[in-house]
Amino acid sequence: MSKIAVTSEGPSLDDLVDPRFGRAAGFLVVDLDTMKTEYIDNGQTQVMAQGAGIQATELVARAGVSWVLSGYVGPKAFQALSAAGINVGQNLEGMTVRQAVERFKAGGVESAQAPNREAGR
Amino acid sequence: MIVSVASGKGGTGKTTVTASLASVWDGPVHAVDLDVEEPNLHLFLNPVIAGAEKAHMPVPVVEEALCTHCGACSDLCQFKAISDLKTLVLTFPEMCHGCGGCMAICPEKAISRGTRELGEISWGVSGKVHFLMGRLRVGEAMSPPLMRHVKAMLGRMLDAKGGDAIIDAPPGVSCPAVNAVMDSDVILLVTEPTPFGFYDFELAWRAFTPFNRPMGAVINRAGLGNDAVLRFCSDKGIPILASIPYDRAIAEAYSQGRIIAETSPELRETFVALKGEIQALARQAGRKEAAHA
Repeated sequence: MSKIAVTSEGPSLDDLVDPRFGRAAGFLVVDLDTMKTEYIDNGQTQVMAQGAGIQATELVARAGVSWVLSGYVGPKAFQALSAAGINVGQNLEGMTVRQAVERFKAGGVESAQAPNREAGR
Repeated sequence: MIVSVASGKGGTGKTTVTASLASVWDGPVHAVDLDVEEPNLHLFLNPVIAGAEKAHMPVPVVEEALCTHCGACSDLCQFKAISDLKTLVLTFPEMCHGCGGCMAICPEKAISRGTRELGEISWGVSGKVHFLMGRLRVGEAMSPPLMRHVKAMLGRMLDAKGGDAIIDAPPGVSCPAVNAVMDSDVILLVTEPTPFGFYDFELAWRAFTPFNRPMGAVINRAGLGNDAVLRFCSDKGIPILASIPYDRAIAEAYSQGRIIAETSPELRETFVALKGEIQALARQAGRKEAAHA
């Protein structure tokens, strides 16, 4: 069973990908085999003064995902995700979660080698 | 007595006022640069530095072999300086505020004290003035932890040598500025009568009012701008303790690192009078406190 998390503006596959990782509205955890989803609200992380990317990493790591798909990922989040062995797919904003997952399944998402956002953004 | 010299806006003349006040103070006086992000009081007082030491803060170091990934440290830390990812624990020492909570809460005693260097404290003398300053390490994001070390050192200096202290505070109204003024007996707000000066003066007055300490205004570059600051002070009952004229000769003395109270008899008199006003304000507040007690 392979699960991935997609930063999402809402709880369904037809919601838009939230471009932010740490301060995303939430994460849609998708089981790639069954396409079953589970939504993790990230509202409490959004209001943190600092450390949002790290807190968000805790949430997705505890959900047991192997990939995160998002728009932008900052340096501390990237470091934490890498340490947790989670791959990062970036620059997937401007589409629905379903579109992002389909692109991923078709092999159209690369595992990022570096963060694409400065800290605190 | 501890007097802090603060301002909302930067560049209004805090250091100019601090250096001049220290030069005319009678009795033992300690001039303290708490603007640790960019200290500059030493450029005017030219102290002979007698000693210096590094200041540190405790940060967590995790012994992975003892960790059971219970997550207690991670849940406690509001700054995510320690994060339990269930298979490993990550620390971000640069984000730690040094509260020690993670070390206290860990049931396995798996977290020990590491250190993060905050910066350097140095001290010395400038004539009859005792001098103390902090300088933040380049790359360090938080200044209040170093400021607390400098203030603790000031406490020891005051215990040993007695006298009063004049604190050159950082500008603004956020944590560093609040940290600098919160233990003072009198807060001076240095401002200039421009729209920018007034806007930030009001912010500072509102930020520091809850401390319930006597506050007074010093108008620098008087003659510039408009009378908005003066009207505000009059409305709110904030005493204007001194006015320093907008004068090219003062700017020239400043640019040469000179103490302006030492450049003319008139300016010296301005600061001697300011010293008297500050002492009167402190006495008045002391009497009020005694009456309430």
